[in-house]
Amino acid sequence: MPQGGHGAPMLELVDVYATAGGAEILKGVDLAIRPGEVHAIMGPNGSGKSTLANVLAGRPSVEVTRGAVRFDGRDLLALPAEERARQGIFLAFQYPVEIPGVANMYFLKAALNAVRNHRGEPELDAIDFLSLAREKMKLVEMDEKLMQRSVNEGFSGGEKKRNEILQMAILEPRLAVLDETDSGLDIDALRIVAGGVNALRHPARAMLVITHYQRLLDYIVPDVVHVLAGGRIVRSGGKELALELEEKGYGWVEGASA
Amino acid sequence: MSESENAELARLANREYRYGFVTDIESETIPPGLDESVVRLISAKKHEPEWLLQWRLRALHRFLEMLERETEPTWAHVSYPKIDYQSIIYYSAPKPKAKLASLDEVDPELLATYEKLGISLSEQKRLTGVAVDAVFDSVSVATTFKAELEKLGIVFCSFSEAVHKHPELVREYLGSVVPYSDNFFACLNSAVFSDGSFAYVPKGVRCPMELSTYFRINSAGTGQFERTLLVADAGAYVSYLEGCTAPQRDENQLHAAVVELVALDDAEIKYSTVQNWYPGDKEGKGGIYNFVTKRGACRGARSKISWTQVETGSAITWKYPSCILQGDDSVGEFYSVAMTNHHQQADTGTKMLHIGKNTKSTIISKGISAGRGQQSYRGLVRIGPKANNARNYSQCDSLLLGDECGAHTFPYLEVKNPSATVEHEATTSKIGEDQLFYCRQRGISEEDAVSMIVNGFCKQVLRELPMEFAVEAQNLLGVSLEGAVG
Repeated sequence: MPQGGHGAPMLELVDVYATAGGAEILKGVDLAIRPGEVHAIMGPNGSGKSTLANVLAGRPSVEVTRGAVRFDGRDLLALPAEERARQGIFLAFQYPVEIPGVANMYFLKAALNAVRNHRGEPELDAIDFLSLAREKMKLVEMDEKLMQRSVNEGFSGGEKKRNEILQMAILEPRLAVLDETDSGLDIDALRIVAGGVNALRHPARAMLVITHYQRLLDYIVPDVVHVLAGGRIVRSGGKELALELEEKGYGWVEGASA
Repeated sequence: MSESENAELARLANREYRYGFVTDIESETIPPGLDESVVRLISAKKHEPEWLLQWRLRALHRFLEMLERETEPTWAHVSYPKIDYQSIIYYSAPKPKAKLASLDEVDPELLATYEKLGISLSEQKRLTGVAVDAVFDSVSVATTFKAELEKLGIVFCSFSEAVHKHPELVREYLGSVVPYSDNFFACLNSAVFSDGSFAYVPKGVRCPMELSTYFRINSAGTGQFERTLLVADAGAYVSYLEGCTAPQRDENQLHAAVVELVALDDAEIKYSTVQNWYPGDKEGKGGIYNFVTKRGACRGARSKISWTQVETGSAITWKYPSCILQGDDSVGEFYSVAMTNHHQQADTGTKMLHIGKNTKSTIISKGISAGRGQQSYRGLVRIGPKANNARNYSQCDSLLLGDECGAHTFPYLEVKNPSATVEHEATTSKIGEDQLFYCRQRGISEEDAVSMIVNGFCKQVLRELPMEFAVEAQNLLGVSLEGAVG
């Protein structure tokens, strides 16, 4: 059994259906994640992986039409995106967004202080924030110059992904959802990003790692692997499931879902 | 921006126009209407010399002629009902209680008004490092730090005072950049202007503090027609700030000002405006018509004039701060943020007229439209036949919030010298769902996210503002966005 696997689930999805852009993408997803667990979601393109991530984060353009999502036993779907973030849900974006003219440093500080306010903790001033950020930057081997630049503007693909993991390290979420964090990364960047993620593994923190390829799971070893196909989880198992999938291809599970 | 500033932004974003109050003060107001007797009366009240009266009268006759021929400009991309120029009150002034010997004798009601606006005129609480000339309706009521400036030979006073104390300077420069016949609204201003600010910085003097004029319209039914004249003599430097507010009223009020700047050899003038006239209510009722002519002449070699404006107020803005780059190697700059929300309309931009050799100009314009706001950038870059190696760079970016607003760009280029380099870039974007969601996913509220994105969009311009003004401008952008999202 995975570590910490005996408590009540932190996150629970029951028969979740969701539409995006008018099309039904998720068709009855069931999932339970306990504190300390790392779950991987694998699946072919168009299987609904990103939609699942967006359902959890509360993207307005994704609509849940049926089913329930509970976080700490409470209805997550009733909360707006910012409220979910403040309660500790973090989404590492597949395509991090550029915000011209807004310094990365300023953005991160605003985000951290919004979360700290919610937790009833005092806001950090610029000096305390900078020393925290410096410490966390080491984790993802990020150049300090990127803190003065506009959020993600002109960042390389690898820099954007490192920036996502840096944000995660600073915000210390309880549930981290990583949406194809490995896409577009070369092997060195992948190793650095995965190292950052592994350093954040914690008995009180759960992670949901979404990926198309088994490769990432060589670095971030999951407790549970799920295969998403046709909007449903068609198979779940241990980390060896990922290897089996790699060997046999998605046709193997897609056949099973039919 | 610090956390407290950010919290302030959020707080302000939820507020209505905060300067909409009316000061209850006894005013001396003349009946509405415009004819020769009105101009003579204004001139007489100010004990003006004959040459100035004659100048006004020439302007008046030209204006009445234009009025008769109905040549009020209609080319701007704005619409408003016809203005009845005979129904406007052309002079209103707070009644002085007695002759003033010092600022401390200014009517306490007036001091309280400026205090409420965040501009302290009293001796103890003045803004540090900023000298203020306060213009209330038609007249200047107070100027701070005068004595300190006089020691350096800097003249900073109301226009009326300058006419008496420095007639030779006023006579030499008045109308030398914006002639009375320049355009419809400048012509009206030349006939009836009642006060404004005047500054002269002598040769080689670097003005040690920001000079500032704070314009306030108070009386109902009046127009405000002030005139500002700044002269930087050879090698001088001055940074000048202009702020403005007006009470909330249901009818529209006209503000037709003229600003003239003159920079001689190696002189530099930095002119910053944060314009927050009452914009009208959410349905578009009331608000100021801000029809203003601003122009600077870089008369000397290597002189520089830089306009920075943040336009958040007014029902209609019609304004093109311009530079005449006469001196060789002179530099003109225009940095602008204009925001229109609800039913506001703005047609604003600049003119860069390159006459001298190696002249250089930069135009950075950021337009933000929300609600049903309509916004146009209108800019002219003219490179004259003798302006060898002239260079211009223009960048016009528009940001749209919502589906009912509009952004328009009207760039005009006239290049008569083959050695010129002219670049123009323009973009239009919407605040994306992606950007908002990204911010919200990090715990930042939607309102704060919009403020942050808008301020980021305007950064190139805001960083040109003096510190005190930059914070005020950011706050204003927050207030003006109220109701723009959600």
